[in-house]
Amino acid sequence: MSTFSTRTAEAHTAYTSTGRPMTSEDADAASRGPVPAGAARHFGPESTPSPGDRASQLPNKPIGVISCEDVDIFYSRFRAVTGVSLDFGRNEITALIGPSGCGKSTVLRALNRMNDLIPGARVTGRITYHGQDIYGSDVDPIEVRRRIGMVFQKPNPFPKSIYANIAYGPKVVGMKVDSMDDIVEEALTRAALWDEVKDKLKESAYGLSGGQQQRLCIARTIAVNPEVILMDEPCSALDPIATSRIEDLMDELRQEYTIIIVTHNMQQAARVADRTAFFTAKASEETGDRTGELVEYDVTAKMFGNPSDSRTEAYISGRFG
Amino acid sequence: MASIGAVATAPLRARKAGENSPASIGFLVTLWVAVAVAMICLLTLLVTAFVDGYPRLDGALFTRYSSRVIPETAGARAAILGSMWVIGTTALLAIPLGIAAGVYLEEFADEQRWYNRLIEVNLQNLAAVPAIVYGMLTAGFALAIGLERRVVLAGAIALSLLILPVIIITTREALRAVPAEIRQGSLALGATPLQTVWRQTLPSALPGVATGTILALSRALGEAAPLLLLGGLVFVSYDPNGLMSGFTTLPIQIFSWTGQPQEEFQELASAAIIVLLGLLLLMNALAIIIRNRYQRHW
Ligand SMILES: Nc1ncnc2c1ncn2[C@@H]1O[C@H](COP(=O)(O)OP(=O)(O)O)[C@@H](O)[C@H]1O
Ligand SMILES: [Mg+2]
Repeated sequence: MSTFSTRTAEAHTAYTSTGRPMTSEDADAASRGPVPAGAARHFGPESTPSPGDRASQLPNKPIGVISCEDVDIFYSRFRAVTGVSLDFGRNEITALIGPSGCGKSTVLRALNRMNDLIPGARVTGRITYHGQDIYGSDVDPIEVRRRIGMVFQKPNPFPKSIYANIAYGPKVVGMKVDSMDDIVEEALTRAALWDEVKDKLKESAYGLSGGQQQRLCIARTIAVNPEVILMDEPCSALDPIATSRIEDLMDELRQEYTIIIVTHNMQQAARVADRTAFFTAKASEETGDRTGELVEYDVTAKMFGNPSDSRTEAYISGRFG
Repeated sequence: MASIGAVATAPLRARKAGENSPASIGFLVTLWVAVAVAMICLLTLLVTAFVDGYPRLDGALFTRYSSRVIPETAGARAAILGSMWVIGTTALLAIPLGIAAGVYLEEFADEQRWYNRLIEVNLQNLAAVPAIVYGMLTAGFALAIGLERRVVLAGAIALSLLILPVIIITTREALRAVPAEIRQGSLALGATPLQTVWRQTLPSALPGVATGTILALSRALGEAAPLLLLGGLVFVSYDPNGLMSGFTTLPIQIFSWTGQPQEEFQELASAAIIVLLGLLLLMNALAIIIRNRYQRHW
């Protein structure tokens, strides 16, 4: 039933080496790629190693799927974020943490050009996806958002049936689909929601609980076959049980997707993230603007165990007591 | 310096006489009188129309043409058909245009641009322009393009202009009520802005749009002034059969009958009023049903 492609490393290399602008054919070529033998294994229990195991397997430097180089982000004249440089590693979960208002959401939205929708928002510096500048003049933001999906703070299912919520993405992006039923089933299965909703696919998504709605939104994102999933405080509207289900889910999704998550919950970052980036905001002397900047970016265990920057230390110990 | 004192532990004070003071009572009475006056006027109107018109609420009213001389057997057939033609054409003209304009202004227009702001301000004003002005506008327009003024198309243009601002404004309000999260969710999946409007925002806003549109059409249905100004015919003894056909409508017919000296014409007018009120009631009821059944509360 694997209508989904598993994007393989080979597919990516092939794609980058061509250096062509992103087109849907590229994605389709990738989606037709061979399904690795181990695809089924992703749902097995052994696929959720504890962060401790994973830390030892992490490359020293992240293999950058998305890279920021000296990125500044403005809202009209206001400089919200400055000087951000970091690589988001393939098949890793990266957490963005920091006090509220330091620009975490701003950075996240810049990564898939959702900032374009805010009048006056502007990005300088370079944000690249497989080496290609996503703000390049020849890049279609629609295509960027398809490859780099997003899950929002408040679950936002469409006012339609569960089935229609999933089918919407593949339809609008014009994916070649043999069987929409299979896509829906697989997306829901990957989002660990299938068993709960398989008997009520035609019912309104609004009848689901908050946690289920959020997993539906994740499934909906998965259905268009993105490579990266951005999550902006995806659990902040959920209870602890729903939160823990989403965290388990993220752990499974890491096998196939690159995940970047903003969270205000440091325990969550410590639990799920491979690497963590700590942001803070500093008031500028000239303008008085509170501008966010990246303080420290490292493997999560190091960030929480032995941070190199005193500001990180202060922030983490302030919350962890 | 004053500071916040100790926690208040004194017994709760007795209720003040406020509600029963002469000023309060006077105010309440004024409110009641205002309501009563409005209700009495409305009831008188309805009751007299009903009493006068009921005997003439017969088959002839619907099947026969008007007559200049024999009111006893005259009917409103041409007016009823004319109203349907004009309102139908108005709907075809005004609904797509109004919704499209509303979608553009709400979803695509850049509010920073001076021309969009100009449209914005003017829309509010246009909605308040007296109906007769639209009749004059249409008359001028018809003259300019060489269109006969007394035909269905001209009447429909006048009424479309009249209700366009209302449709645009209600469309915008209905779109604005759709949460931004829905649009973001769609765009984040790689949908284009146009797909997002077409498949998410507009369908979600549709109940609100439909309600506003039906109310606007019911206003057009009851309107006589702009059509009279176009030289709307008061005496038609044939079925309108196309956009270029002469026509009369229920309000015009009623207006013309009430101007006649004979008592029988007054009865006929009352009967036509009952028909018109019935139609308006039906449309408003439909609007309310749509609103209650399909309107989403986000
Ligand atoms: N749409 C916007 N328009 C203008 N300023 C904004 C907008 N969104 C966020 N900001 C500002 O940018 C700064 C960073 O905000 P945000 O990225 O939301 O922070 P965080 O997610 O870390 O809490 C804040 O000062 C905020 O007021
Ligand atoms: Mg935020």
